[in-house]
Amino acid sequence: MTSAISTAVGLLVDGVAYAMILYIVSAGLSVTMGLMGFVNLAHGAFAMFGGYVALTLVNAWQVPFPIAVVAAFAGGAAAGFLVERTIYARLYGAGVLDQVLMTIGVLFITMAAAAFVWGPLPQRIALPSYLTGQIDLGFRQVPTYRVFLIVAGFIAAAGLWFGLDRTRIGACVRAAVDNRRMAESVGIDVRRLFSLTFALGSGLAGLGGALGAEILAISPSYGIEYLVYFLIVVSVGGLGSLRGAFVAALLLGIADHGGKYLLPELGGFFIYAAMIATLLWRPAGLFGRA
Amino acid sequence: MEALGPVLQATGLNKSFGALRVAENIDLCLRPGDRHALIGPNGAGKTTLVNILTGRTAPSSGSILLDRVDITRASQRERVRRGLVRTFQINTIFRGLSALENVTLAVAERTGAAANGWSRAYGPADAADEAFGLLEALGLAADALRPVQDLPYGRQRLVEIALALGLKPRVLLLDEPAAGVSSAESDGIISAIEALSTDIAILMIDHDMDLVFRFAKRITVLVRGAVLMEGEAADVAADRRVRETYLGLNA
Amino acid sequence: MPEGATIPHPAVAALARRQTWRAIEALPWVLAVAAYFVFPAYLNLGSQILIMILFTLSLDLVLGYAGIISLGHAAFFGVGAYTAGLLAQAGWVEPISGLIAAGVITGFVGLASGFVILRTHGLTLLMLTLAVAAMLHEIANKAAAITGGTDGLHGMTFTPLLGLFRFDLFGRTAYLYSLAVLLVMFLIARRIVSSPFGRSLAGIRENPIRMQALGAPVSLRLIAIYTVGASMAGIAGALLTQTSQFVALRVLSFEMSGAVLIMLILGGVGRLYGAFVGTAIYMIVQDSAAKTTPYYWYFWLGWLLVLSVLFTRGGLIGVFERARKAVAAWKP
Repeated sequence: MTSAISTAVGLLVDGVAYAMILYIVSAGLSVTMGLMGFVNLAHGAFAMFGGYVALTLVNAWQVPFPIAVVAAFAGGAAAGFLVERTIYARLYGAGVLDQVLMTIGVLFITMAAAAFVWGPLPQRIALPSYLTGQIDLGFRQVPTYRVFLIVAGFIAAAGLWFGLDRTRIGACVRAAVDNRRMAESVGIDVRRLFSLTFALGSGLAGLGGALGAEILAISPSYGIEYLVYFLIVVSVGGLGSLRGAFVAALLLGIADHGGKYLLPELGGFFIYAAMIATLLWRPAGLFGRA
Repeated sequence: MEALGPVLQATGLNKSFGALRVAENIDLCLRPGDRHALIGPNGAGKTTLVNILTGRTAPSSGSILLDRVDITRASQRERVRRGLVRTFQINTIFRGLSALENVTLAVAERTGAAANGWSRAYGPADAADEAFGLLEALGLAADALRPVQDLPYGRQRLVEIALALGLKPRVLLLDEPAAGVSSAESDGIISAIEALSTDIAILMIDHDMDLVFRFAKRITVLVRGAVLMEGEAADVAADRRVRETYLGLNA
Repeated sequence: MPEGATIPHPAVAALARRQTWRAIEALPWVLAVAAYFVFPAYLNLGSQILIMILFTLSLDLVLGYAGIISLGHAAFFGVGAYTAGLLAQAGWVEPISGLIAAGVITGFVGLASGFVILRTHGLTLLMLTLAVAAMLHEIANKAAAITGGTDGLHGMTFTPLLGLFRFDLFGRTAYLYSLAVLLVMFLIARRIVSSPFGRSLAGIRENPIRMQALGAPVSLRLIAIYTVGASMAGIAGALLTQTSQFVALRVLSFEMSGAVLIMLILGGVGRLYGAFVGTAIYMIVQDSAAKTTPYYWYFWLGWLLVLSVLFTRGGLIGVFERARKAVAAWKP
């Protein structure tokens, strides 16, 4: 019996840690898609970029892990800002199809560029010794790094909640997601707001890529491999809803991890079926506005 | 005229969104050939009423009879099939298609030809022949093959009306038919509406008073979701309450 | 009098003329037959191109004519491919009836999934198309006992075509078989899009809400074309199985859905022939580029996509048409 509880706790810790990575990577995507209705299939590319920045700094240049993680955020944000200004900004108001194609194009380019620079094989990040141990819960040991991820995820969620709920910029973002035309009519520059949000969201993706490199290995095809997962978080949670993204990430992380452990023969089948059922039940997602 | 029974009869229509009552006990009656206008200030509930009549919004209570058949719960499609047709305030025609293709779509839906996936469109005895006749009657023959997005706005409004006529309406709801059109063009639109068959009962929703009084024999005035008054155009124009609450803006 | 009731007005006749056959439409078929004689060493690639054209054509019906953007059209290609493979393993080895069976079964899958997901719109619909394909991919991946999982399905044989033509090593039979199936499917597709039903799809693509207000059963029409598109994609998949005697898991992958979308866009949507141009060029360039350095291929394909979205509309066919008009206008 205790072993069952112990297993459950282990699965839960792993599942939640995994969920936090999904949340950190997808949060920005949710806000930007909610804000501009822009379908960005290349979002994972920024996470991949952040992941490569961090692992290059740590593995090749022996930069301390915390600094590398901050650099991953900065790298993701800078890349996001650049791509948004030069390419994406031309496509606001264009059809969904154009946005889909354009962002698939960006995904391909980054994928090829990453393979050229970092090679085609998946890479893992060398964690510092203080994060590689185990924490003893009395009846079970859990990996320190997983606990660290959970704490980091909750801090990120709290920070985003604070930023969106308690700051002026956050209020503008909420207003613009809610009713863009109204927000513009009261003088909010939605385009600039979007650039800013996009850069922040890409930075978060970079952060998530770096922190999650131990779970979701960084490889050139990262952006395609996990695309469906990021989109599930965003669409099931509801576009533009951080709360929705958090809940969806938790559900997805725990169910996917637990499902693959308990019913490996089903694989990801259950996840996709659950996504389809959720979207048929609530087409705008759990926390989205219809 | 009095002998003819009503073609459209709405009785006691109510609609609330939560605590907000947007339609309150509205009665409306149209006879064949009626030229009726629905006026009211912004937010009076005109659009809500049109949506209830056409089946986009379900009323909280009340009934709608079309040719004595209860259509209160009927689908949009069913109402159109029975001859209750509307036009839209802003152009919703198919911009990339030509005027003739636009109207042909409507005719083909009415005749059921549109379900045919195997024979050639625009062949002999096609819906397009009838559609062209409608365009011709509205003076659009020369524009039949041009994409409607290239037509002047006033002509686009006429295509919108032709689209509705393609459905052979018994009751036609015209939602601001001349909105956004220059006064020169709006004359053409009004003449076209005046020339429509007297078999059709028309309800025009507008707040252009010149237009309304030129067109309508009877007028219903809607204020805050309820009927303020209904009567002959001249009586409505003379009514003190109407002048105060609404026409006061113009007079 | 020429204005008799049976003689359509010139404007109507002009619309009808837009749909009559033009001489240029023989070109792809002449080229395909010529390729058979000119490039006998490349017939295997040629069959694959013809099959992909059919797959792309099926997406054009769904996306180009009905405006349904799908990120999961490979679902149907894959179901068709696996159906043909599994039927053959179960002993149904006659190719033409196997092809028809795969088309019918895939049509039902399209009907069922269309019925469920086409009640949604926009992004939600996009996600659902993606999810349906991902789910089928996962089923094929995990049900290894039946599908072979990641190893794929192999070891099936087919009886000679019409009892006469064996599937030979050089791919001659496969090529001509694929070409014949493509021709039949193309004739069906062309017939559908130039029918009143096809025209009503154009109306739905332009403005579904207005079509609803015209009394059109919009969802029903969308489900109908989705089913036809699915069935056609399934036939393409089955054709691939029969001509290659192999089913790879990637027939159901996101990359497959993405590739077919790209091929269609490169060629031009809503034009039928866009499928021919885009697919042929994509496959030929990929064949030569991807052999040496697969990532370079993705690099340039990515740029091609970005630039084509920014600077071209209507794909390569659209560019040709504009060029032709510019040349015509330039004449003094």
